[in-house]
Amino acid sequence: MNVQSNSYTFVYSSIIVVVVATLLALAATALKPAQDRNVEIEKKQNILSSARITASRENVQKLYDQYITDSYTINSKGEKIEGIDPFEINLREELKKPQDQRNLPVFECTLDDSLLLVIPVYGKGLWGPIWGYVSLVRDKKTPSDSASFIPYKKIYGAIFDHKGETPGLGAEINQAFFQIPFRNKVIFDGSGRFHSIKVVKGGAGLSSLNEVDGISGGTITSKGVQAMLDTCLVSYQTYFKSSNK
Amino acid sequence: MASKNLKLLINPLNNENPITVQVLGICSALAVTVQVKPALIMALSVTVVTGFSNLIIASLRNTIPPRIRIIVQLVVIAALVIIVDQLLKAYVYDVSKKLSVFVGLIITNCILMGRLEAFAMANKPWESFLDGIGNGFGYGMILVVVSVLRELFGSGSLLGFQLIPQSFYEAGYKDNGMMILPPMALITVGIIIWIQRTKNRKLIEK
Repeated sequence: MNVQSNSYTFVYSSIIVVVVATLLALAATALKPAQDRNVEIEKKQNILSSARITASRENVQKLYDQYITDSYTINSKGEKIEGIDPFEINLREELKKPQDQRNLPVFECTLDDSLLLVIPVYGKGLWGPIWGYVSLVRDKKTPSDSASFIPYKKIYGAIFDHKGETPGLGAEINQAFFQIPFRNKVIFDGSGRFHSIKVVKGGAGLSSLNEVDGISGGTITSKGVQAMLDTCLVSYQTYFKSSNK
Repeated sequence: MASKNLKLLINPLNNENPITVQVLGICSALAVTVQVKPALIMALSVTVVTGFSNLIIASLRNTIPPRIRIIVQLVVIAALVIIVDQLLKAYVYDVSKKLSVFVGLIITNCILMGRLEAFAMANKPWESFLDGIGNGFGYGMILVVVSVLRELFGSGSLLGFQLIPQSFYEAGYKDNGMMILPPMALITVGIIIWIQRTKNRKLIEK
């Protein structure tokens, strides 16, 4: 056979393509369940870690069942929507919809003496997607609180991660030194208006209730975190104000 | 094993080392050597891919139409790399996240195309397989040496275990932050090349 001829080349490349495509399809299908399981474990670890609980791959399921006592989907008016699994919601798709049509996942985490809401967030960094989980702790109402009492306004913990931010700069958003300052920040101002956390350059005041330090050299990623928190949390504000659970 | 075949395995470790002598695959050697574990997995992945792509291409070498041989080689490499990537995602998820794009970039690792063109297209499958494995080991060996040095001096640990005792830190010892940055990988590889050529003088170009 003439391996130089055009028809041979065509037939040969067609066969190669079909064989390789079949192999890859088989591999992808066979390994899908194990990969999905890894993604699920990671998601549960992230949810727990935003509530300051460290889980390993082995004990994540047990801790998740223990602490995450409820999970549900709400809309921007704060009403529960039945029939949508909050764990399966693709936040990226939801954020493309108008605000009043979004399905918003909520995970309730019960610690010894407090109730947390864990909210997933998703946004854009410099090179690709960034995401994370923010937990808000329920304030205890005291008699001196006025009618404008907002139960969920204080951040308990936050974790962020990224796909491909610059190592040493924007990629540092997944480090504790960036995430810990988010604790105890407040997302409503004195008059009950929503304002997100600002990620500022050049040092946030220690006493500031809604500013954290950005990362030097990672300004665009820092701004991305700020925008992500703003766009994701704002849809929940009615629920944060009204939830009386 | 015939001594000729043994040579195919041993030569890439020293006289024909892909990194220090052929200077192939440097980019990934800089990127994945901050810690030992990703370096080991990367070395293993590259070895599997070089071994099997050499084997497949050598078995097909008489049927491959010469005009599209590079494309055929790339298709074989790409398919193997994707399978390796899928396996890593399924069984060592955290490592696959650390290696991220570098597994995909095995496709463009010069060692692979280099060995296919230079060896597998002209030799029998078994010899080609050995050549691939040998080159994978030669690459992996350098990766591991560099990553051991970088993790030990950069983070004070090996494979994640703290090696430098806490009392050293209390006495004022500090991890060398430079070791974590890519330039130190280049310098380390340079030092390895220097040592190798001092020991093995026939590698020195006239």
